[in-house]
Amino acid sequence: MAVATPQRSAERAAAAINQTAPSRSGGERAFAGVLFFATIIGVVVLAVLLIDILLDGLPRLNWQLLTSYGSRFPEQTGVLAGISGTFSLMALVGLMAFPLGLGAAVYLEEFAADNRFTRLMEANISNLAGVPSVVYGLLGLSIFVYVFQLGRSLLTGALTLSLLILPVIIVAARESMRAVPRAIRDGGLALGATRWQTVSRQVIPAALPGILTGTILGLSRAIGETAPLLVVGALIGQRASTAPWEVFDRFSALPIEIYGLIGRPQAGFRESAAPAAIIAMLVLLLLMNSVAILLRNRYARST
Amino acid sequence: MEQTAAARMRPATASQQTGPRAETSQPRSSAAPAQVVFDVKDLSVSYGSHVALGGVDMQIHKGEITALIGPSGCGKSTYLRCFNRMNDLIPSARVQGSMTYHGEDLYARGVDPVVVRQRIGMVFQKPNPFPKSIYDNIAFGPKVNGMKVDLDEVVETSLRRAALWDEVRSKLSASAYGLSGGQQQRLCIARAIAVNPDVILMDEPCSSLDPIATARIEDLMRELQESYTIVIVTHNMQQAARVSDRTAFFTTEVGGETDDLRSGRLVEYDYTENIFKNPGDSRTEDYVTGRFG
Repeated sequence: MAVATPQRSAERAAAAINQTAPSRSGGERAFAGVLFFATIIGVVVLAVLLIDILLDGLPRLNWQLLTSYGSRFPEQTGVLAGISGTFSLMALVGLMAFPLGLGAAVYLEEFAADNRFTRLMEANISNLAGVPSVVYGLLGLSIFVYVFQLGRSLLTGALTLSLLILPVIIVAARESMRAVPRAIRDGGLALGATRWQTVSRQVIPAALPGILTGTILGLSRAIGETAPLLVVGALIGQRASTAPWEVFDRFSALPIEIYGLIGRPQAGFRESAAPAAIIAMLVLLLLMNSVAILLRNRYARST
Repeated sequence: MEQTAAARMRPATASQQTGPRAETSQPRSSAAPAQVVFDVKDLSVSYGSHVALGGVDMQIHKGEITALIGPSGCGKSTYLRCFNRMNDLIPSARVQGSMTYHGEDLYARGVDPVVVRQRIGMVFQKPNPFPKSIYDNIAFGPKVNGMKVDLDEVVETSLRRAALWDEVRSKLSASAYGLSGGQQQRLCIARAIAVNPDVILMDEPCSSLDPIATARIEDLMRELQESYTIVIVTHNMQQAARVSDRTAFFTTEVGGETDDLRSGRLVEYDYTENIFKNPGDSRTEDYVTGRFG
């Protein structure tokens, strides 16, 4: 004879509620089913994909894969070039795109006069956010590689990705600055603060959580970009055999490595090394996002 | 005295505002002719082609509380924002006529509005503390003005003068958003005092507060009057009657065929007692007796 524990009675209560729920008409039920299906399909597909990748990749995901460069033997290949390249790219992109994007947003939101030139720039920036990334690759190739002669280097890749995510950062930063009440600005100015003092000490700190979120979104987009890096000449496959040590070195990146591995004929590359590299990239992405979210929450709490 | 006060508006001397102020204040019922702080002549403000306020002549006197009353849309807030050049922030706003501050043209070319606002503080209709700690709210002004002072001391003095110290002394590092509306408004007054201004402008400072908080702010205004010249916009005629020395009554005047062309006019400006007990204009009488507005 089982003693009625609190959990058990809670379960029974829940069951009772389910039983007494009013039965719905068939049509309504079917409709709810369709909606549920629509909701669940994305999650299921993602789960299947993740499970498939984990099953294929986990056995191959080891220290050797993470610490070796590309090789023509599937069991000796590694994605160190991609990992180091992605880390370096993200660091450079963050360093370049965050101040540039914030600067552009502050100018447009707080200083720019409301004239045709400003509106033209605003329209341009909004449109840039929708330009296909491969076009940015072509832009990077013609401007940074050929005009500025920066070569097919890490710097070229980082500049190209920075351009790609600038609109994302600018739009997000502007929106969060616009959400700062006008009364805060008036309060600062009425105390004899200059416009810049008011913006830098009141508006930007108040908008910082939103600005950081925009930057996270931008970097998350940049970390997975493949096409523009291919166009500007990232190293792929066996040629990705070195980590970039300085900004003018050739470079690779994790998505490029994955693309290269999937393109190889041997199953050892396609079916185990590639999924393992994908896991590495997902972990990197999650890590980066969680650090950024932690950072954001800390700023949000301090205000 | 006038010379030095005016000279302080010059950017070069902006950081030298730490001298004692008490000596410049005058007792409320001084028999001597009150010193003129603002001399306004034929001032009008327009937004684009719309004249919001026209032809104001007025003198604001040192150490007095001047109340600006009138129905909504009569331009009294617009007028108040002329005194510290806050209207500069509205691109379409244009101020014409003359307004001098201790004899110096406020709108002259070389006058920096930032320096003007250091001398002429403002408290807004809705309490607008910064989303920071109570301490940082007060410290912001002295910091940006480059005042070489002991911040801890300024914070305490300002909060004491705003009658808020005892309520917040134990939680100076807590967010200002945790305070009640009335406390927030007193914090905003403390914030304005912290930069050691000469004049404090108040734009309906009690409109979002309950009667008890309102009474506290009114008490505070009378105390602050010892050291500051105060100009207050209020919708509340009893408030004007209770706290002010002089009252200006504004009304709207239909300038053209349509209602859109309304613009504000100064009807009457006199000692508060006269405005309420013996108004010189029938429109003032109608308004203060509640027949209109």
